Amino acid sequence: SLSLASPPAKTLETSRLASPPPPCPSRRAGIPSATHLTGRPPGAEAMVAELRRDDMAEEAGTIRDSVAFRLVERVLQSVRMEPFLIAPYDLEQYRMMVGTLDTSRTKNRDDEALYVTYLKALSEAVSKIDITYHHSLLNNIFAVRIWYLQRDTMVALLDLITRLAAVADQYLRECLQMLVNNFTPPIVERNEVPTWAVSRKKDIFSHLCGSLKTISDTVPLAPRMLRDIIDRSMPKLFDNKAKMISFVECMLGLDTDRMGDLIGAILLAKVVDLLTELDVNITWEDILQEEHDKGIFEMELEDLDADDDGDGFGQAGTKVCLGGNACAEKLDGLMVVVCEHLKSLDRQRLYKEFVILKTIFRASLLRVHRSKFAQFIMFYTCSLDPKTLGEGFAVFLTDIVTEKKEDPISRMSAVSYVGSYLSRARFISADTVVTILKKLVDWCVDYCDHQSKREATPIPNHQLFYATCQAVMYVLCFRLRSIMDYPNLKSDLFHMPFGFLFRHRLEPLKVCLPSIVNEFLRQAKDAGLVAAFVDPAAEDAIESDLSRTFGGINRLDMFFPFDPYLLKESDRYIRPNFEFWSMVKTTYSDDTDDDDDELEDLDAPEMNVGSLDDHVEIDINSDDDDLEYSMNKMSITPHHSFLHQMAMDSDGGLSMPARIRPSTSPPSRWAMSGESP
Amino acid sequence: TPEITDAQALLGHRRPEPKLRPPPPLAMEALREATAELTVYVHPSNAADVRLAVSRQLSTLLFSYEDRFDGVLLSHEVEFEGDNEDGQDRKVDGDGKRVIKAKILDGLVPYFGVPVTANMLLFSPQPEMILEGKVEMLGKESIHAIVLGVFSAAIMADDIPEMFKFKRRGHGGKFISQSDKRHVIKKGSMIRFSVKRVDTEMNCHITGSLMPPHTGCMRWLSVHDAEYASEISRVVKGNQGIILRASRRYKVAQLRTAKIAW
Repeated sequence: SLSLASPPAKTLETSRLASPPPPCPSRRAGIPSATHLTGRPPGAEAMVAELRRDDMAEEAGTIRDSVAFRLVERVLQSVRMEPFLIAPYDLEQYRMMVGTLDTSRTKNRDDEALYVTYLKALSEAVSKIDITYHHSLLNNIFAVRIWYLQRDTMVALLDLITRLAAVADQYLRECLQMLVNNFTPPIVERNEVPTWAVSRKKDIFSHLCGSLKTISDTVPLAPRMLRDIIDRSMPKLFDNKAKMISFVECMLGLDTDRMGDLIGAILLAKVVDLLTELDVNITWEDILQEEHDKGIFEMELEDLDADDDGDGFGQAGTKVCLGGNACAEKLDGLMVVVCEHLKSLDRQRLYKEFVILKTIFRASLLRVHRSKFAQFIMFYTCSLDPKTLGEGFAVFLTDIVTEKKEDPISRMSAVSYVGSYLSRARFISADTVVTILKKLVDWCVDYCDHQSKREATPIPNHQLFYATCQAVMYVLCFRLRSIMDYPNLKSDLFHMPFGFLFRHRLEPLKVCLPSIVNEFLRQAKDAGLVAAFVDPAAEDAIESDLSRTFGGINRLDMFFPFDPYLLKESDRYIRPNFEFWSMVKTTYSDDTDDDDDELEDLDAPEMNVGSLDDHVEIDINSDDDDLEYSMNKMSITPHHSFLHQMAMDSDGGLSMPARIRPSTSPPSRWAMSGESP
Repeated sequence: TPEITDAQALLGHRRPEPKLRPPPPLAMEALREATAELTVYVHPSNAADVRLAVSRQLSTLLFSYEDRFDGVLLSHEVEFEGDNEDGQDRKVDGDGKRVIKAKILDGLVPYFGVPVTANMLLFSPQPEMILEGKVEMLGKESIHAIVLGVFSAAIMADDIPEMFKFKRRGHGGKFISQSDKRHVIKKGSMIRFSVKRVDTEMNCHITGSLMPPHTGCMRWLSVHDAEYASEISRVVKGNQGIILRASRRYKVAQLRTAKIAW
């Protein structure tokens, strides 16, 4: 302890024994019960008496605190000059104090108590801290990893940080940076978070967010700085999964109340950027590929861990990270975090988030070429409030499609989204579907009329028109039967000029994907929607030349964004609201073993309608030994329906791990060009 | 944005003689209106809506301390001029009212400059000024308040009169004056304090002091401090217009904060 000859030393000694402040039970118990008994609100006399009682009760505690404070103040003051001017004794005192604040050494209980006392004293003495002269002290404070601290110590430290941030601008950035650095827990062996950290996670996050909010309340311009700091500290693509998830989870915890109003949009935008980046780095081969490779990479990663803290990646490590599986796992974990966050919002906040998400979606996700899973956050958000948000999203997409001023890529992408969304979202009601279809069909008809007025040579590229027709047909494949159940909707639908559209010289039926066209015609004929004379010869047609000229492998109208979701852990958020093809009732028959089902392979057909629980494993990491797998599965391939039956789970029975094919172009194209998706 | 983000480099202005006004009321000495003639450089892609581009460019300066303005910009309002002194024609509005063409000097300055007259609301706290703020956090050694909802102010224990004693009991603690127990400073109280120091480098942090006379909790002062009470009544009667205008500008500033933060 500090060897002071003055009386305060004794008190400090007492405090070192970590005894609680001597209570004044008699006085404390006296007055409150009196007021309770009388039931009258305290008059002026009682108030004065209470205040005096307060003084006494606190005195014992405050003596200790004030002594510590004066001590600390004195020490700080004594080194507040050029180093060569400081008396050696003072320097020694200062060094000892700094040493106590060094958290890299383990502490016993006494040290811990002393540490807490110092922290509290420093909280009061913040104005005496100088950024130049007390540099080593500040270093020790800002280097603390609060995950290793006990709870009381953590509270004291966070209080100190908050006060430092409030007292002067010069500490603000460091304080915010220190708090943001603590978003991620310490990582130990095998890149895992230790179990004790996992259990404390929620508590620590809530304290961190609480501190940040207090700082932002006291220094209203702090969120601007915080935004930049988070931007810089944001996990990158190749970072460790546990760290990434932890960081994003804590970050989204800031998205409430005032802080959320100020920087919530930016935080969400960053998260979506990260999701998109991960998404884009997953290639289809990685999802579908054999897992025997993983063992090799794992070994290499373990070797690396031995050398450094597991964060550095040498050349071998880079190979691991470039493997898309890592990205898929990270994306999976992040989707869980984001969905949980969205689920936790109240109604009002959810609406605000929805508006923000729409903007972000339009700016980034909409234009990502063939994004695989990131767009499902929109799906999930809409499912949280089908009436308002679900419809709102559909209308939003439709407006992009029909808006002339939008750029072509966005419009094409939006029409793919509309088609896929209306088909797959179970929570969208039939009348919304019909309303949107009406808008799309009206647009198509306008387009046709416009074309008819033109002169002889048509514009070569009617991509958007065909894509819209295809989307309409695709939606009707899924929804026709359910629409037929409502007489008013049925009549609305039957009033739509399908005949005109399909007999138009632009010949959408010949250009759109044959599988969709065939299925649609089949259902529509059964329902009586289209006249029988619409050419049935299209039934077995291979894709026409017209169809093939429209883009190569990457033709945009073969992108079905909301095709079945493949990520394992986050699937449970999506599945309850997702419509699988196997579950759809069609107009022609209710037989489940219909051989002619064109769209049989739309999803994994083994998926039993009954077992909609989570034990239907869509396993990215399944270790079946099917090597003959072809990557070229289109999700609605008409004639290449070879789903290899996977090795059954040991449970056997209904739930089989299924390979799900991506929605890519048919195999013929790939074979021709040899490109990867 | 395509506009130049480093407004410092190209936002030139001449400061004309400040418009003469009566000194603002005690309420908020640090707020003042100023008019400045500026040249805002706009990227050609924004030529369709120059007004918006200029407004956006000026908005990047909001809530930061500008040396040339000697204060923090809180809100701005622009008016466009006609021809300027150089004799070069400039483009103004795209809405057909009065189209003036601008020449873009390719290879030299790819932007075109728009002369504007900006009415600005500035906040320039100086030492010895009296400011008002709302208390946000209290400690035994410090009081933290927020001025105008945006600027943080801290009053350290050395600058709090001895007569104030800190009571930790109760929500967040409070300072009670020994001389008059009704003079209470707690979280949410409005206080008047004098400025000791302003740190203009980052967020315009203010260090204040409660030592000078006529400082403390405003509610108590309005009742017990005769001089202050008479002052505010005079101010309310005489200068209502200025206060109203300043408060409207402040509301605009608040709206702009929200927009920018978005």
